[in-house]
Order: sequence, then C-alpha cells, then structure tokens
Amino acid sequence: MASGSFEKVYLDADKEIELFKAKIWKLGDDIDTDIILPTEYLAYETVEEMKPYAFSPLRPELAGQIQPGDMIVAGNNFGCGSSREQAPEVVKALGISCIVAKSYARIFFRNAINNGLLLIEQPDLYDEVNEGDIAEVETGKEIKVNGKSYTIASLPDNLLEILEAGGLVKAMRKKNGLE
Amino acid sequence: MGHTLVEKIIGNKVGHDVKPGDIVTVSVDWCMIDDIMVPFAVQKFEEMGFSKVANPDSVVLIYDHFLPATQVDDSRHFRVGDEFAEKYGIKNVHRTDGICHQLMTEAGYVKPGDIAFGTDSHTVTYGCVGAFSTGIGYTEMAGILGTGELWIKVPESIKIEIDGTLPGNVTSKDIILRIIGDLTASGATYQSLEFTGSTVDALSVASRMTMSNMAVEAGAKCGIFVPDEKTCDYCKIPYDDKIKALRADDDAKYSRILRYRAEDFVPVCACPSLVDNIKPVSELAGTKVNQVFLGSCTNGRLEDLRAAAAILKGKHVVEFVKMIVTPASRKIYREALHDGTIEILSDAGCIITTPGCGLCCGRGGGILSDDEVVVATNNRNFLGRMGTSKVKIYLASPVTAAKSAIAGEIVNS
Repeated sequence: MASGSFEKVYLDADKEIELFKAKIWKLGDDIDTDIILPTEYLAYETVEEMKPYAFSPLRPELAGQIQPGDMIVAGNNFGCGSSREQAPEVVKALGISCIVAKSYARIFFRNAINNGLLLIEQPDLYDEVNEGDIAEVETGKEIKVNGKSYTIASLPDNLLEILEAGGLVKAMRKKNGLE
Repeated sequence: MGHTLVEKIIGNKVGHDVKPGDIVTVSVDWCMIDDIMVPFAVQKFEEMGFSKVANPDSVVLIYDHFLPATQVDDSRHFRVGDEFAEKYGIKNVHRTDGICHQLMTEAGYVKPGDIAFGTDSHTVTYGCVGAFSTGIGYTEMAGILGTGELWIKVPESIKIEIDGTLPGNVTSKDIILRIIGDLTASGATYQSLEFTGSTVDALSVASRMTMSNMAVEAGAKCGIFVPDEKTCDYCKIPYDDKIKALRADDDAKYSRILRYRAEDFVPVCACPSLVDNIKPVSELAGTKVNQVFLGSCTNGRLEDLRAAAAILKGKHVVEFVKMIVTPASRKIYREALHDGTIEILSDAGCIITTPGCGLCCGRGGGILSDDEVVVATNNRNFLGRMGTSKVKIYLASPVTAAKSAIAGEIVNS
C-alpha cells in the first residue's frame, strides 16, 4: 500500500475501521479559519475554485503540494476562528485523508464531521514527527510513525453515525427517505 | 447538585436536568443566517431533500458582510436569500439594517433563556441577554431549517468573577482581552464562560455584548450574563420570576473559577497576529499607526461611538492616519446622527461608513498593505484578515482607538 494512493482497507465492514498510509504536512498551533481559507475566497461558488487558496496566508505553496491521501498534523486549537464551513470542505477537497491535532476548535470539529472529514485528537504525536514522515493510521485504534505507536480514541456514537453516513447531508437524505 | 446558568437554560428547554457532557437534542428558538452563508445553507437544505422549513418565523436572514457589495458576485447572495425567503415564507429578512449580531437582540428576536444558532462564530454575542447561542456551519443550519432542532453537548462552565470599580480609561473590551490572554485562544474550548460580579452588574448591556462577542476567541461555546433589569429594559420584557430564575445555583459546579479585581485592569491590545497575545498599551508606546477602525459587532455601538467622540471633540485625527467609523446598525447610526456624535467624528476627520461588517472581515473599504499598522476595535487580528498577511492588526478598545488616531501611535493617555 503506497502513501498518497488514498487506498483504504476495511478491516471490519460493520465498524468501518480503516487502515491507510499518509504523508504528513505539519502545521502549528492555532491554525485559524482565516488561514485555512481567507474571507475573500468564501463566496466562490464551488469548493474547486477555492482549493488553490487554502492555507495561503501562511503557506501559499501548500495547496499545490498536497496530494490526495496526505494528512495534516497540527498542534492545539486547529480550526479556531470563524464558523466558515468552507474551511473543512476545502481541506477535504484537497484530498486530505485526516487531520491529527492536539485539539480542535468546536465549530470546526462539528463542521468537519458533518462533511465526512476524519479528525483525530492525539496529544503526543505532533511533538515527535516531522513533515514528510509517513504515518499508518488504523481508525479508532492507533497511528504508527517512525516505528512508534500512538493510541487514538473512537468518536462518540452520534458523531460516528454522521461520519459513517458520509456526512450530515446524506444522513438527512436518509431521514427524508431519499437514500 | 446545583446548576450553572447554561445548564439551566438547556435543562429548561429539554424539560429535565442536564449535566456537562450530556448529549441532548434541543428545539431551536432562533436561526440566524448571514449573507456569506445563505447560498451554501440553501444548497445543503435542498440537497437534504426537505420540502418545507420547520419553523419559518424562527429564521432570520441578515445581509451584512457584503453590504454594499464590493465584488462582482456578491449580490448573488442577496438574490438567493430573497428567493429562499419568498419560497419558504420567511418574513424576517434584514437587507440593509446592520450587523447580524447587533440586530438579533436589538430588533427584538433573542430574549433571555432562548436558544439560538447562527452561521457565524460571533453568534455567541446573544449571551449578553442571558441566552444560549453559538455558531455552527451551514450544513447544520440546513438541518435545523428542516427539522427545527439540533443536538448539542452540554458544556462545562468557567466562572469569571469581577468585582470593584474599573479605572476611567478601561472598557469592557480591555476586560475581555485580558481574560482571553489569561485563558489563551483555546483555554475555554467546548466550555461556557459565565460572567459575574459587581463590575459586571454595573456594565451596560452594550458593554456586556462586547464580552459575550469575544468569548469564542478563547474557544468558548458561549459567554453568558445573568439577565437583570437592564437586560429586560433592553429586551422590552418584564423582569419577572421566570427571568429571575435564570441564574446559577450557589452550589453549581465549575471547571474553573477566575477572579479579578476591577481596579487591576489596564488598557490593553491584542497584538499581531493572535487574539491571546495581550500587552498593556503602555508597553506599545511609539508604535506608529496607519489606520484606525472603530466598528464591528464587538464595538460599533452608540456608547463606543460616543466614547470616541468624547476624545475627538474639538481635535483632529493626525493627518497621515485614516480613521474609519462603521456603526453596527442603522438604529445606532440614526441615534449617533441625532445626538451629534457623527458630526463630532466627521469634523475630527473620520471616514463614516454605512452600517455593516465593513473592514472587520476584510471586505469593506480600508484594506491595508504589507507592514501597515491598524488599531481596530473588532474581534480578530488573524493573518490577512484586513488585507495582506503582513498587515499588523492591534485589537483595542474604542478609547485606545480614538486616542491613537489623534497621536498617530498606539496610546491610551
């Protein structure tokens, strides 16, 4: 299984446990939503148009470098700031497989889950890995980087349901008898 | 076990006791959708397959970030909003009245004890009247439009107790900036801030709004005040037993308690480019200023404009500084016209703009370039918020803003 292939192995079809490898892009603490996507690009009609400008105030070249399947590793309070849902949408559109941070701001957390973007909270990994390292993720269980294993927790049931439905829109469509 | 204020508000709504960590589904009293998010919320609502809005009278659409439109496609947002309102019978649409977070209480929507959600993070502002309110994304908003409810996790609470008399040059903006500095930008994540004490009791509702507004800058889910007689006057409701019951029990449990003496507060700024990078204004002496912004849902109210006018009366903004003044609402604009505040500010050389979000979100006039310095009364100094990523934004009170405009450097003396 090569990194960047975005290949997912389902270990348990019922529980949707996934196994995947991903290349790490490392960002800092307090990565705010204005950094993830500045206000001037929020009104673009599609997320595709917004993609080149993701993270542009901090690292203008980053959006062009990220490959589908890569992951973001960050410090505390990832996604702080505004409620713009374009932030997790643009991260997902870049093909990011998951974000691993010490902590998340609450609106970003909800928005990400509602868009089916996997967020993992892990306190130690950030301080011990470098950009470019390859991580092996087994959802709900552990992440392995450079031979070291980091335990990760499962999400609460009500959030897993939304994530497993593929986001809130699909969960609501199901509720409305459309899927 | 006693309850905090936010536990009582949520408990009243669901009809049973709640404790922090409980996940409950609440019926929603008010949904606020701002112009930026309208087309996205509408698209998600339609994708979800709903055929009607569950409670059209609870929905308020407010055009403020893009007003007046400055980019080619902005007016599409107004058009989509108007069509949605027409199709689903939504009567509460504010097209040119001011900033959403000002209007949600000023225009008589949110009252003490209500639960409100909005598509903007500063929805926390309505905590100023003792309501539980917080920001959400457009997908969740679409879900509320269709179902009338939303799941929430009952937050833990941090109690902030402030007693005593504030020094004359200190405003509620200096208080909340100091608190954010002490808590850090993530120190209250998922939690409710509950503001109490004799200093807080003495604050106007407008000053309390400034503090509730910025609760989210410490990561908080809400920032609330116990509703009192001043709150009820503002909301035009009687101060009755139901309102009086909206307060924390004496044995309520807090995750943390922060106590302050009002006399210890000094004028401060949040320095580039983090909201918790707080320094006393006295330590920033000599910092040259290119522009001053007085406005926003944080500090664009009549008392803020008057505070600036009291300083600028008979004086003039220094010639190399542009001072932009943006009232938070049409009502405030009108009151400031009638009492002479606007005249004083205009005579002092200020640029007075139409009510709205203006420069705060980097969409209105006043965008800055590399290495320029702006002293601003709004709530965020993130990279690139008001122009290029090398603009230096210092967040400050209206008093510090006005004094800095006269001096051409950051001062409060």
